[in-house]
Amino acid sequence: MIKKSTNLCKITETTSSAAAVDGVLSAFRSICGDDGVSLGETVREQHGKDESVHRCRPPDVVVFPRCVEEVSALAKLCHRHQLPIIPFGTGTGLEGGVGAVKGGVCFSLRNMDQILDLHPEDFDVTVEPGVTRKALNSYLRETGLWFPVDPGADASLCGMAATSASGTNAVRYGTMRENVMNLEVVLADGSVIHTAGRNRRPRKTAAGYNLTNLFVGSEGTLGIITKTTLRLYGVPEEMVSAVCSFSSVQAAVDSTVQILQAGVPIARIEFLDEVMIDACNKFSSLSYPVSPTLFLEFHGSERSLEEQVNTTEDITQSNGGSDFQWARDAETRNRLWKARHDAWYAALAMRPGCKAYATDVCVPLSRLPHIIVETKEDLIESRLTGHIVGHVGDGNFHCLMVMDPSDQDELHRVHLFSQRLARRALAMDGTCTGEHGVGLGKRSLLCEEVGPSVIRVMQSLKDAIDPNNLMNPGKILL
Amino acid sequence: MHSNRYCNRIIVLPFSVLLEIRVKPDNSGVVTDGVKHSMNPFCEIAVEEAVKLKEKKLIKEVVAVSCGPQQSQETIRTALAMGADRGIHVEVAGKDYETLGPLQVSKIMAALAKKEDAQLIILGKQAIDDDCNQTGQMTAALLDWPQGTFASEVSLDGDKVKVVREIDGGLETIKISTPAVLTADLRLNTPRYATLPNIMKAKKKKIANVKPADLGVDLTSRLEVLKVEEPPQRQAGVKVETVEDLVGKLKETGRI
Repeated sequence: MIKKSTNLCKITETTSSAAAVDGVLSAFRSICGDDGVSLGETVREQHGKDESVHRCRPPDVVVFPRCVEEVSALAKLCHRHQLPIIPFGTGTGLEGGVGAVKGGVCFSLRNMDQILDLHPEDFDVTVEPGVTRKALNSYLRETGLWFPVDPGADASLCGMAATSASGTNAVRYGTMRENVMNLEVVLADGSVIHTAGRNRRPRKTAAGYNLTNLFVGSEGTLGIITKTTLRLYGVPEEMVSAVCSFSSVQAAVDSTVQILQAGVPIARIEFLDEVMIDACNKFSSLSYPVSPTLFLEFHGSERSLEEQVNTTEDITQSNGGSDFQWARDAETRNRLWKARHDAWYAALAMRPGCKAYATDVCVPLSRLPHIIVETKEDLIESRLTGHIVGHVGDGNFHCLMVMDPSDQDELHRVHLFSQRLARRALAMDGTCTGEHGVGLGKRSLLCEEVGPSVIRVMQSLKDAIDPNNLMNPGKILL
Repeated sequence: MHSNRYCNRIIVLPFSVLLEIRVKPDNSGVVTDGVKHSMNPFCEIAVEEAVKLKEKKLIKEVVAVSCGPQQSQETIRTALAMGADRGIHVEVAGKDYETLGPLQVSKIMAALAKKEDAQLIILGKQAIDDDCNQTGQMTAALLDWPQGTFASEVSLDGDKVKVVREIDGGLETIKISTPAVLTADLRLNTPRYATLPNIMKAKKKKIANVKPADLGVDLTSRLEVLKVEEPPQRQAGVKVETVEDLVGKLKETGRI
């Protein structure tokens, strides 16, 4: 006799959903075992939130399939009973993408954790959703290969594909869009497809519609990703890190543009404004000059590094950059970059007890100084604590805001500020989200960004692939 | 030899360990067929330290030695890709490999150390599959060389080696003469990732094949494994609704 959770009815927003779930629980158990189905309140809460500020929206039940056949069978069941399906990787998203706004079934994919089909000579590997990026790179150690896309969290690689994730070295290695070669996806009706064809992994293709990149960034609204084939790169022979301070945002960004124009294959180029540097100095007991700063990293052979660093130093100097420090050995490099790595925690430490929220706009490089300057003025006018950290080589920056969760007025001001910032970026030919995704909170902004005709096309794709809107309802599209 | 300004040769002994442990159905051991092997983490640290010493020009040559079946060659290749100069594969296969333990390995190492005229032997402090933590110590004893085990810092000073050791009470610093045996502990260094160009170069480096008999080593084991079993399955806990229930259950099971 299955013990009913008395909280099911309270938490679920539609009681019809709760009754339907009740009826299929034993069917779920027959697919993934008694241990593979959970109604526990804590388990459901854990699977109803991510690392964003969006409140927890727990699903009615969490299932833990062990292979794609189980995912398919579970999906078929959900399809028959019209139950929403929410795929869950590591729960490290930043836009509330895993919230079960209409209740339903969360598919936690962490038990599918195999690394399959590594082809070192072809620079590709296929992984299941339970494999995180650090786990993959650890596995690849002895091959001399790595997967460089590095969002802050140790995220599921299939989850990173679902959200089109990116990281600090996108300027050299690209984002998930450029590095996913094939996907195995289970659709809402349980059918299993391979977007580029089963087992296929050519480095390039002109065959048919680009379904692989349709699913990359679809945030679970079109299907459940159960395998991703990734493009690998050679581990850098040597690395050099450098830091340089500037008297203005303009000078820092001008240097960035010139470094890229000079053809330096820079691996990372990160910008921190003086508010952020100040917080980092305090948090990590450092003594960087409190002014706009660039953190740089170079990858290559010993000879190529010398050339890269010299060219870059010349450029920064010509833009009035000072205190150019660089380091080669791992320990000193880590110390130089510590400020950047601890940015999130440094921001939080400025106001203990507060929560942090990061914006994520991305604009063409040339507009970056303008938008950062306007944004900083807005922060002061709105009396908000905001620190600017940016992947300046991509024109993408985050405003890390620290706010008191009990101060409704401050929360409101943060919300309005973020809307203004997104619209400022849109007005500059940019996007409201460079890497975090649309999720729950940016659906209206997406409409403004792409316009009604594109939304219609997106909606018709969604209707074609998931006519009953069972796949992660309430995300991306209104 | 002892008056040289720097050491000439280091031997490292990287061992490979299984990445996934499953007990054989007959409880006689663990499944090794088809399971991926990887260099023992402490051995990686040992290789890294040897390569670092060579990069500082304090020693001339790093030789990587591994004992085992054909697969051991891969471990040697990884050490070569990290910067070792050449390898020696001591072939031990089949039943001999199953019973290969620290005593046999240390006999092999002692024989090789003499043959290769090594000044330093660096090993990982223990293998993470058997957790023996004996090979380094036994090798030193067989050679009658001083030992610096659980090293978290190593520095060469003429013909002496200064070793900072991690011990229960804290850190102990000792100075020992070469030739010596060192075993690497976790915080000695962070091993480098092998890069593709170095992996390519490693393919050209030499690995010599040697049989234990050639070194005059008897592999007979003095130990017999009686049984290997998994730890007992954890029993699920029992949830109760009230404190009274909890007290009742504790009384029931005789805990109070």
